[in-house]
Amino acid sequence: MALVLSQDETMLVDSARGLLERDAPLTAFRALRNSGEPLAWDRSLYGKLAENGLVAPNVAESDGGMGLGASAAGLILEQAGHVLAAAPLLSAALSARLIAGAASESERADLLGPIVSGERVIAPALDEAARHDPAQLETKGEKVGDGWALTGAKTAVIDGFGADGFVVSAMADGAPALFLVEKGASGLSAERFAAVDSRNYAKLTLSGTPATRLGQGDAGAAIASGLDLGRALLAAELLGMADEAFARTVSYLKERRQFDRVIGSFQALQHRAARMYAQLDIARGVVLKALRAIDEGSEDATWLASLAKGTMTRLARDVMMEAMQMHGGIGMTDDFDVGLFVKRAQSAGELLGDDHFHTERLAAGKWGL
Amino acid sequence: MATQAEERTASDLDTFRLEVREWLAANCPVSIRNQPRGMDTSFWGGRNPVYPSDDHKLWFERMAQRAWTVPTWPAQYGGGGLDPAQGRVLKQEMERIGAPDPLSSLGIMMLGPALLKFGTEEQKLEHIPLIAQGKIRWAQGYSEPGAGSDLASLTTRGEDKGDHFLVNGQKIWTTYGHKADMIFTLVRTEPDAPKHLGISFLLIDMDQPGVNASPIRMISGNEHFAQTFFDDAVVPKKNLVGEQGRGWDVAKYLLTFERSSMGQSLGGGMGKSVADLALEALGHYGLAREPGLRHEVAETMMETWAMQIAGERMYDAGKAGTLSPFSPNVMKLLGTELAARRSRLAMSLGGFDALDRDGRDAYQWLQDPPNCVAGGSNEVQLNVLSKRALELPEHK
Repeated sequence: MALVLSQDETMLVDSARGLLERDAPLTAFRALRNSGEPLAWDRSLYGKLAENGLVAPNVAESDGGMGLGASAAGLILEQAGHVLAAAPLLSAALSARLIAGAASESERADLLGPIVSGERVIAPALDEAARHDPAQLETKGEKVGDGWALTGAKTAVIDGFGADGFVVSAMADGAPALFLVEKGASGLSAERFAAVDSRNYAKLTLSGTPATRLGQGDAGAAIASGLDLGRALLAAELLGMADEAFARTVSYLKERRQFDRVIGSFQALQHRAARMYAQLDIARGVVLKALRAIDEGSEDATWLASLAKGTMTRLARDVMMEAMQMHGGIGMTDDFDVGLFVKRAQSAGELLGDDHFHTERLAAGKWGL
Repeated sequence: MATQAEERTASDLDTFRLEVREWLAANCPVSIRNQPRGMDTSFWGGRNPVYPSDDHKLWFERMAQRAWTVPTWPAQYGGGGLDPAQGRVLKQEMERIGAPDPLSSLGIMMLGPALLKFGTEEQKLEHIPLIAQGKIRWAQGYSEPGAGSDLASLTTRGEDKGDHFLVNGQKIWTTYGHKADMIFTLVRTEPDAPKHLGISFLLIDMDQPGVNASPIRMISGNEHFAQTFFDDAVVPKKNLVGEQGRGWDVAKYLLTFERSSMGQSLGGGMGKSVADLALEALGHYGLAREPGLRHEVAETMMETWAMQIAGERMYDAGKAGTLSPFSPNVMKLLGTELAARRSRLAMSLGGFDALDRDGRDAYQWLQDPPNCVAGGSNEVQLNVLSKRALELPEHK
């Protein structure tokens, strides 16, 4: 598909933006953060998003979803990035992808419907190392009677606190496999991790925890395609955040006066802003290309997901630094919104691999360096 | 073969692709495929044509016969008449077998599109077929010694003499000015008008006593640029493009083509990738011992890929009618910078041997930085983006 939005996609973006601006303005996220609510996302907002078909739109029609692919999920997350919407959109799309990739047809129908409808939050539990490293997989699944039991530890579990269930990766029969673990299962602890971005994360420990294996055999490909999707979606969210922080910075440059003139008239600041504009323009194409490649099943999809995540992690970091600097002292106060973007960009950059990780992944995997 | 179809089905395009593929296989000489591209190894046309080789001549003549030197220009002016999708197929198929452009030409890159937009019917009929057939080699007369980034302060004069202009002044950085037949030139025809309004766009024949061009030797050793002197040069009124005094509009329009094509061709990287260069020069073992160098290679590859995607997106946006007017500035800025960084990195990869004065690495390294200045310096691009795209205020 072309690297421009279709008419349907433009309508989707408009409706997502409209809903988010009305029901999830940045003030709502700030209020939620200040309330200390441990769930860190808003159930009524999530219900509305689901009602409007904005939760996990990538789920296939045959599995009870909208069948709109990674592109739609990415465009929605980009909009969510603009307002820092507190809703488990990323975990829903990612878990759905993992389940769809591994589970049998009957399991898919049972598990995916409630994700799309927003009834159940299933958190993806893949990482085990502080620094993202999908090769590290030490959690083990053992056959116990008719079922399975998992033992190990998981970290960086997105929306894992208070989740209704988890898609957990583990080694079973000598190969990677995916399991579904229900909330409250014996031997499971899901400990809340309070991160700088005030979003919902958990660390899991599993001690002989009963689990349902999704499908049979090697789930390596399902995990890989989940990672591709998750990375592309995070790149899209980072793009939305970077666009928003940049737009707010440019507005500030036009308002703030020093030396009897608006500071945006200084060429030192103009050229830095213009360079960010140019880089964001290039990155927008890269993110869309990665989403399209996933939807087309292109051979390069996995590398484009890394290109997008690596590019956006670095660019968002640079944009956030410039946003803080150009706002001056006020940009570093808690009352001012720029800091909220700075913090979320750091988390979203870290999740599923930062720029260094993806540069290395491309160097070794794609270019054989 | 159908031309200018309004709507074309995918299968029509597939048929076209097969025809093109077959024709190219039969008509593009093998000896000129997959050769390094450069200004010195291209055919530039002109009244005194110089072909890099007999096969280049054959290739040019075959392509010119189909007007595939300018595949998507309108057929009534001697263009190939292909629609944009067909044009893209032709380009892809040429790239697939490493076929070079049959004709390199500022007439194609810059003047043609401007004439199609601003030229009179007579001007189109006179000049465009000659560009398509490579009969006239064009140069661009924009910059002057005192008018570089501040182009609109140019002082070359064009005096209105009734049926003609009398032109006096000096241009510089005239690409291949000493080899060109004609030059499209910005001259000041209304000295009392405001800076941007007193400029006209003239087509000047260089084969006359009042025009002289001498080459400028650059740090790479190449002589792609010239300075051009006008001393009572005579320019008939029919060679005025656009309105008198409104040449700035034509100039700006034409610059967008220069900027896009510079950014895309340079940013996307031509020839061998820097990753392949690195592996050839150092191998896995050598690269593993220098993680910093390896990392820079990977980062450069990522940026190159991003620029290629940007080119693809520009094409799609153009077709959809949603192309940003600032894309050329973005492409020029980041594409030329990337190309200069990449060729400098190739110097590191080549080590001492890359210092060879006559070698390709050193040549490329010294040849890329001028692109960061040409076509509007990158600082000018940043100014345009600040003022027009971001609407940041002027410093008063």
